[in-house]
Amino acid sequence: MAKTLYDKLFDSHVVHEENGAALLYIDRHLVHEVTSPQAFEGLKLSARKVWRVSSVLAVPDHNVPTTDRSKGIADPVSRLQVETLDNNCAEFGITEFRMNDARQGIVHVIGPEQGATLPGMTVVCGDSHTSTHGAFGALAHGIGTSEVEHVLATQCLVQKKSKAMLVKVEGQLGRGITAKDIALAVIGKIGTAGGTGYAIEFAGSAIRGLSMEGRMTLCNMAIEAGARAGMVAVDDTTINYVKGRPYAPKAEQWDAAVAYWRTLHSDEGAKFDAVVELDAAAILPQVTWGTSPEMVTGIDGKVPDPAKESDPTKRGGIERALEYMGLQANTPIEQIHIDKVFIGSCTNSRIEDLRAAAAIAKGKHVAPNVKLAMVVPGSGLVKAQAEQEGLDKVFKDAGFEWREPGCSMCLAMNADRLEPGERCASTSNRNFEGRQGQGGRTHLVSPEMAAAAAVAGHFVDVRQL
Amino acid sequence: MQPFVTLDGLAVPLDRANVDTDAIIPKQFLKSIKRSGFGPNAFDEWRYLDHGEPGMDNSQRKVNPDFVLNQPRYQGAEILLARENFGCGSSREHAPWALLDYGFRAIVAPSFADIFFNNCFKNGILPVVLSAEAVDRLFKAVQTTPGYKILIDLEKQTVQTPDGQAYSFEVDAFRKHCLLNGLDDIGLTLQHVDKIKAFETQHKQTQPWLFNQ
Repeated sequence: MAKTLYDKLFDSHVVHEENGAALLYIDRHLVHEVTSPQAFEGLKLSARKVWRVSSVLAVPDHNVPTTDRSKGIADPVSRLQVETLDNNCAEFGITEFRMNDARQGIVHVIGPEQGATLPGMTVVCGDSHTSTHGAFGALAHGIGTSEVEHVLATQCLVQKKSKAMLVKVEGQLGRGITAKDIALAVIGKIGTAGGTGYAIEFAGSAIRGLSMEGRMTLCNMAIEAGARAGMVAVDDTTINYVKGRPYAPKAEQWDAAVAYWRTLHSDEGAKFDAVVELDAAAILPQVTWGTSPEMVTGIDGKVPDPAKESDPTKRGGIERALEYMGLQANTPIEQIHIDKVFIGSCTNSRIEDLRAAAAIAKGKHVAPNVKLAMVVPGSGLVKAQAEQEGLDKVFKDAGFEWREPGCSMCLAMNADRLEPGERCASTSNRNFEGRQGQGGRTHLVSPEMAAAAAVAGHFVDVRQL
Repeated sequence: MQPFVTLDGLAVPLDRANVDTDAIIPKQFLKSIKRSGFGPNAFDEWRYLDHGEPGMDNSQRKVNPDFVLNQPRYQGAEILLARENFGCGSSREHAPWALLDYGFRAIVAPSFADIFFNNCFKNGILPVVLSAEAVDRLFKAVQTTPGYKILIDLEKQTVQTPDGQAYSFEVDAFRKHCLLNGLDDIGLTLQHVDKIKAFETQHKQTQPWLFNQ
């Protein structure tokens, strides 16, 4: 029977089935400081060991400062969480890239960068954006803290099989249109609950044309569409990206691995429970205007008018969002002025994202009304490469701040945050109320659009630059 | 999770009804990144005369000599004798964590709040429901007899006193099985340890690169 990519990945990891749930074997377990302390504590209380230490890779990312780290972390609660991770990893013998390690970075950036994420793997992490790793033809889930403990102890996750959704994007993307715009356009089309209960496979010529960075951006946002997992079939782009990375297979193992990885695609005629199709050529640069990623429109659009919405529930939602966002109905998106710009996060902090933003910023300057424009590379290695290419100089000359790697203002667990009422063009993934700081107003965009907004002081159509 | 089979332990009588989870562990201690270490702050507001905050050296604080847990004759108690509706309030698992960390492995009461009752089983604590009359008799015996120990036998589902009195109690068969064998969710998965190992061996043969250091 013809199988979907999801079928292949799921079925090949089933250890045992009981009462409609499977015990799924986990190949890679990524760990960060926020969701792991009680899991390690649980292991210790039960005198349990980590089942397979070599499957675990840890890194602190949420609480780390993006400014000078020589004095450590100022906030004692953040510091304690990071120190706890350090101590737990040392005690259990787990590999950790500590805060001052050159390889430190956002967990979803460093996994692929190190080759710790490989095609065909099951990947988990106590973080919803683990869906990112599906870009490699892997089955990647976010899990809760008790599941983190469960996987540490048993190497398995109790999991019911999801339904399969195919999101097919055919055609040629326009100039200046990125994976971020595809992701937001998909969420705009199906809604933030559209993928609930599904694992999404992204396919079609526009997806095959994306780099691995782009595919990661897309799969990263699968969770914003309600799907725990997003994935893309393996092709040459995948294999070329993985080759030569520190944790990637070498020599004859490499050839055997590639032969297997080439089978990681949906078979001809495989049945999906749902199919969504988008025309790549019709996707515009996307900007969110509300407090949910599905509240999104093209750059040529306007802030919606709740009076025109007939569904009372939706109308109320729009009204509340506009009030929180401080926006008037029918305001053209291009007339929305911003206070801050954040280029970073597990969605858009990889080298390709920084190159694209730098290309827009080059030779220009951040607008006077923009109080802060910050670039936070996804990892120490991304930062080093960007500096080698002179991107840091481009950004600094243009008036951007160039920071140390981490999650930063995507969720404001460290010192980077919006003040109440501040409006931000952000390359991150969630525009929820208070996400970037209490009372902060987030507009989700691509790196190009964020850089262009920084220079103009308001949103502009990147295609016209 | 530690199995619970039998417990022959010193009992301490907490003679108050409707003891809530905020009383068991006050909210300022929930900021902890740990699941253990709540013991010194169990019943903090009753136990100490000052206001407790995380990070304080509890050994330097003034204890309330009138609170039953502070009385010398009850030091080392493993069984908490309580009144009706014990553990009401929030669903926080910090409450059973605090009791376990203090050293309690069983709580005997006429009734429990539902969520707390469930949380106990998840953490290796046996909540025993006895009739109000039986609990009353136990209270009197414990209060009048220093060093009074109670024997709880989960297999037989009995509570036995030193004078030979025995009370039987009800417990859900599956929960009993899990507690007798120390099985939490992880414990249940580990019942399939042979299957996991067999899968892993096979997986390693077909995709050895997944097992590189």
